[in-house]
Amino acid sequence: MAETINEVKFSDEAMAEIQRYISHYPEGRQKSAILPILHIAQAEFGGWVSPEVMDKVAEILNIQPIEVYEVATFYTMFNLKPVGKHVLEVCRTGPCCLRGADQMIDMIKQKLNIEEGETTADGMFTLKPVECLASCGTGPMLQVRELFYENIDSEEKLDQFLEMMRNKEHETPVWKK
Amino acid sequence: MGLKILTEHINVPGIETLKVYRKHGGYKSVEKAVKTMSPEEVVEEVKTSGLRGRGGAGFPTGMKWSFLAKPEGVPRYLVCNADESEPGTFKDRWFMEKNPHALIEGMITSSYALGANTSYIYIRGELLFVLRILEKAIAEAYAAGLLGKNILGSGYDLDLHVAPGGGAYICGEETALLESLEGKRGNPRNKPPFPAVKGLFQSPTVVNNVETISSVPWIVNNGGAEYAKIGIGRSTGTKLISASGNINNPGVYEIELGVPVEEFIYSDQYCGGIWKGKQLKAVVPGGSSVPILPANLILKTAAGEDRLMTYESLSDGGFVSGSMLGSGAFIVFDEDQCIVRNTWNYARFYHHESCGQCSPCREGTGWMEKVLHRIEYGHGHQQDIDLLVSVSKQIEGNTICPLGDAAAWPVASAIRHFRHEFEWHINNPKEATAPGAVYRGQLDAVTA
Repeated sequence: MAETINEVKFSDEAMAEIQRYISHYPEGRQKSAILPILHIAQAEFGGWVSPEVMDKVAEILNIQPIEVYEVATFYTMFNLKPVGKHVLEVCRTGPCCLRGADQMIDMIKQKLNIEEGETTADGMFTLKPVECLASCGTGPMLQVRELFYENIDSEEKLDQFLEMMRNKEHETPVWKK
Repeated sequence: MGLKILTEHINVPGIETLKVYRKHGGYKSVEKAVKTMSPEEVVEEVKTSGLRGRGGAGFPTGMKWSFLAKPEGVPRYLVCNADESEPGTFKDRWFMEKNPHALIEGMITSSYALGANTSYIYIRGELLFVLRILEKAIAEAYAAGLLGKNILGSGYDLDLHVAPGGGAYICGEETALLESLEGKRGNPRNKPPFPAVKGLFQSPTVVNNVETISSVPWIVNNGGAEYAKIGIGRSTGTKLISASGNINNPGVYEIELGVPVEEFIYSDQYCGGIWKGKQLKAVVPGGSSVPILPANLILKTAAGEDRLMTYESLSDGGFVSGSMLGSGAFIVFDEDQCIVRNTWNYARFYHHESCGQCSPCREGTGWMEKVLHRIEYGHGHQQDIDLLVSVSKQIEGNTICPLGDAAAWPVASAIRHFRHEFEWHINNPKEATAPGAVYRGQLDAVTA
């Protein structure tokens, strides 16, 4: 069987969104749009950015691939390896810990039987502890894609949350609405 | 309750729409500024107001604006720092989410004052949902002639865009932010040149925090002198405080600067006291990077005066017995919290967020995290406390940007005020690592 190499292709809607961001910067400064484009790419291509996707971003911006790699590896929001359907970005920083974030992270590990950075066998969840998400008044909390889930301060609430996520599809990206 | 400058209408249903926002007096400052004032007059009002940077540094905003270079034929930029990432701080996120037009109004009025025709709001990447809210509000403002060409027929043009980050605390440092906005890694730049001379795209640039910019419309509408009447001394105006930790009512509060700390912690108008009927142990009053203070020193200065929520009062006693107002992130610890664990948590944060450019910070934050981890987990050595102090001193002041200082201060201050607790961990590893164990012994005497 012939192996097909999937060419990276953004949807028309995503390309329009990319062009909109590029238009925000002066002529010759199109590289500035790299972060919004990487966010769009991550949402378009399964929650992570592969080298092929980064090459495509470089092509769109007319810059060298290394310029995209060095940026994508610096900013922690970009996943450089495949991830589960829902990446649980749990805040692990001080203020959330005062309200039980450490215990929440431990419970997630136990319930999903994964360690930090790992994905469940069914591909449903990846656990990715992150630093402060600017939601300290409502901790413990976590983020999945663009949304915050706050005040998860008991085992019962965590169970409810995980159950809800198992049955949840991703939000339609804004550029496809 | 005191005067509400920023949050008066924040709970009005529909305030995020242009229609409701205008019904409550929104965009008046744009009208007033572009039609009746010169840019220099707006700058003067802001100078008179005594408004200070609300992101953490507290630098006078009017003075920062007056440093902006104005060479002929070179564009100038206003960049709003909405990268709010300092642990404990969530006021800007809350404010933009609820009342996006207030920031946009501030951006237009401030851009006019600075002569900027293109401005950006750089928002942390985790807040894409807030970016959507802002972009929607910006589209409304364009449609109403408040943005774009010839704003309200005044001849003034302004384009305003929102740009997301990608998850990097360091991009809250203004030169790292500018690098990031140019599509690069967030490595802070050497200064000089300062952004006021060479900032975004090598052009003169002012970078201001969300809350700072959002305070400008009130100043323009009511006059800088009126604003300066609010607050105490050089702490003029109101401040958004992000209250978190072990309190009954966490959330964002707008206070007139000068409220006593004790009132802020215990009044039902604000934090509502310590949760679960517990005792206050400590407070980090201005975001994770400012010194932690034990209960006695957060309530009263070393001289025995009531501590107030002002830049001056919170820093009274310097780093020996004081702290800082910083970004207004007020993190409260109850008696059951472990200072060693918290200090390790912050050290891990700074190690994670160091950009890696300067060796003292890149290496030092890693060492501090490692040493604190071993103390917390029962493997500390007698000399570790002095080692931590020595490492923190070698970071402080030896880096391009203030992240190094921000990493050093929490460690140094925790040891200064809670040395007995660190020693207890080292001397009683078994007891200290038992589940739920907390040091209940003597707190350190503080010498002013």
